[in-house]
Amino acid sequence: MAGKTSPALRAAQIVFGLAVVFFLLAPIIAILPLAFNSSVFLNYPIETFSSRWFGELQNNEVWRRSIVNSLIIGSGATIVATVLGTLAALGLRSSHLPFANAIRTTFLMPMVVPAVVLGVGMQMLYGRLGLANSYLGVIVAHAVLCIPFVIVSVSGSLIAMDPWLERAASSLGATPLNVFRRVTLPIIMPGMLTGAVFAFATSLDEVVLTLFVAGPNQRTLARQMFASIRENISPAVAAAAFLMIVGTLCVAGLVGFMRWQRQRALRLQPA
Amino acid sequence: MSVALRARLTALGLITPLVAFLVVFFFWPLATMMMASVTDGTVRGVMPETAAALSGWDGNTPPSPEMQQALVADLRKPVDQLAFGDAVRRLNSELSGFRSLMSHTTSAVRDAPEGQALDLATVDPRWSETKYWLAVKHAMPLYTDRYLLAAADLERDAAGNIAAVDAGASANRQIMLRTFLIAATVTVLCALIGLPYALIAASATGWVRALLLIAVLLPLWTSLLVRTAAWFILLQNEGLINEALKAIGLISEPLPLIFNRTGVVIAMTHVLLPFMVLPIYSGLLTIPANLMPAAASLGASRLKAFRYVLLPLAFPGLMSGSLLVFMVALGYYITPALVGGPNDQMISSVIAFFATGTANWGMAGALGLILLAVTTVLYLVYGRLSRSPTMVGT
Repeated sequence: MAGKTSPALRAAQIVFGLAVVFFLLAPIIAILPLAFNSSVFLNYPIETFSSRWFGELQNNEVWRRSIVNSLIIGSGATIVATVLGTLAALGLRSSHLPFANAIRTTFLMPMVVPAVVLGVGMQMLYGRLGLANSYLGVIVAHAVLCIPFVIVSVSGSLIAMDPWLERAASSLGATPLNVFRRVTLPIIMPGMLTGAVFAFATSLDEVVLTLFVAGPNQRTLARQMFASIRENISPAVAAAAFLMIVGTLCVAGLVGFMRWQRQRALRLQPA
Repeated sequence: MSVALRARLTALGLITPLVAFLVVFFFWPLATMMMASVTDGTVRGVMPETAAALSGWDGNTPPSPEMQQALVADLRKPVDQLAFGDAVRRLNSELSGFRSLMSHTTSAVRDAPEGQALDLATVDPRWSETKYWLAVKHAMPLYTDRYLLAAADLERDAAGNIAAVDAGASANRQIMLRTFLIAATVTVLCALIGLPYALIAASATGWVRALLLIAVLLPLWTSLLVRTAAWFILLQNEGLINEALKAIGLISEPLPLIFNRTGVVIAMTHVLLPFMVLPIYSGLLTIPANLMPAAASLGASRLKAFRYVLLPLAFPGLMSGSLLVFMVALGYYITPALVGGPNDQMISSVIAFFATGTANWGMAGALGLILLAVTTVLYLVYGRLSRSPTMVGT
C-alpha cells in the first residue's frame, strides 16, 4: 500500500488512528491511578496518594479470601487445561485421525458457547453430581473454558515444528517416549507456556460460570469485583484491577522474554 | 499391527481424555439444560398416584372417585415443601385459583382421619368441576413444549392450539429483539472503527504499526472485568468524561452515559473492537505490497484502486470479524449488568434471572436453548468463513 498519499488524507489517518488508540487505551490507563486514591469514592480527583486500598485487599477477610481462591482455582484449572489440551493438540496433529477438523471445531466450542448457557447447565448438573459449591466443581468449570486456548497455542507450535525431527530421532533408535521427552516436548514447551498463561488469565477473569457454580466459600477475585461494582462500589476494585493489569503485563512480559531467549539460544547453536 | 493403524490408535488415545472430559463437563451440562427446557416433572413428581389415575381419564366424563382418592393419597404423603410449592405454582399457571384450592384441600386432607375415604367435592366444590381436573391432567405430561413456546411469548390455549400470550404478560420477544439490536449496533460500530483502523495499521510501518497493534492487543489481554470497571468509572455522572466536557464548557449538566443504552454500547464496542480489527488486519497482511501500485500503474485512480482492489481483499476479514463480534455480543452478560439499566439487559441476564432468581429451570433452559442454537449456527458459519476458528489474539 505504498504510493503518494495526499496530505489531507494522511492527516485524517493520523487523527483517526490516534483517536482510536486513545479510545482503546485511555480507559485502562485511567483506572490505574485510582488504586492509589485515599478517597472512599471510586472517582477522580485524587485527594492524596495512599496505599490504603491495597491494605484493604490484604486485610479485609472477604477480599483476601477471594484472592487466595482465585490463585487456587486458577492454578487447578490451568493444570487440568494444560494437560488435557496438550494431549489433545498432539492427537489432533496426526494425519491418521479421522474427522480431525470436526473434532478440532468441537474442542474449540467452549470458547463461543455463551457462558450463561453453560453456567445454567452446570448448575443443574452439579446439583445432581454433588459438585455444587465445591472447589473441584469451579476448577473443572474454569478448565472447560481454558482448554481451547491451550489447544490453539500448542497446535501453533506443533505446526511450526519440523516433523522430520521426530522421525530422525526414532530412526536413530529413540523409544516413542524418549522422542516425546527429548524432542517434541522441548519444542512445544513455549506453546504450552503461552497456553497456560492464557488459561490462567481466563480463569482469573471468569465471572459468569463462577456465579452459577461457586458457593460463598469459592468466591473468586473477579466474582468479588463484580459484586463490589454492582453493590457497594469501593476503590478496592481499582486496587484489584491494578494488580490484575500489572500481573497480566508481568506474565506476558515473562513469556515474551522466555520466547526471545529460546529463539536466541536456538540461533546461537552451532549448526 | 500396521503403522497407520497404530498411528491412528495413538492419536485417538491422545484425544480421548479431553473427549471424555468435555462430554461430562461441557456436553452433559448443555444437554441437561436442553432437557430442562422440554421436561416438566414438577407436578408429576409430587403427585405420582394422581398422574397414574389421570392417565386413563379422557377429560370428558366427570371426575371419577378413583382420581379423587389418588389425589388424597398423594396429598397425605409427607412431601418436600419446596417441590410442593413449585407444583402448586405450576398448577396455578395452568388455571388460576389452584393456590387457594390446594392449600385448602391439603389442610382438609391432613385433618381427615387416616384410612377414611374423603369426598373432595365437599372439601371444595371446585373439585367437582371438570376444568380443574383437566388443568391437573395438562400439567402431568413429562415432556412439554410450554417453556419453548413461552420463550417466544406463545402458549397453548384451552383447545391446545398455539396462541400468542396477552400483550404485556411476557417480554421475551422484546428482549430478544433488544439483544439482537444491541449486538447489531455494536457490530456496525466495530466495523466502522475497525476497518479503517486495520487499513491504517496495515499500511503503517515500524513503530507506528507496533503502537497501533499494541493498542489493540493490550485491551485484549486486560481482564474484561477491569475494562468494564474502567468504563463504569469514566461514564458515571461525576466521571472523567462528564467532568472534562463540563470543564471545556460543552455541557452544564452531566450527560447520562451510564445505566443506559449509550453506556452499554460504548463499553461493548471497546471490549469487542479487537475481535474486529485483528481478522481484518491479518487478512490485509496477506495482500502483496505491490498490488496497489500495480493498480495505479494500470491507470486506476486512488479511489478506484481502493474500491476495486483493497476493499474486496479486506472483505473476508470484515465478514469473519463481524460474525465474531456479533456472536460474542449476543451472549454478553457482565457489561450490560454493570453499566446498563433495567432496559438494557440482554437475553443472558434474563436466563440468569430465571436460573438464580426464581429457579425456573424450564424457562432458563428454553431461552438458553435459543441462544445456544443461534450461537452455534453463527459459529459454524464463522468456521467456514475463516480458515482458523481461533479468537486468541496471537
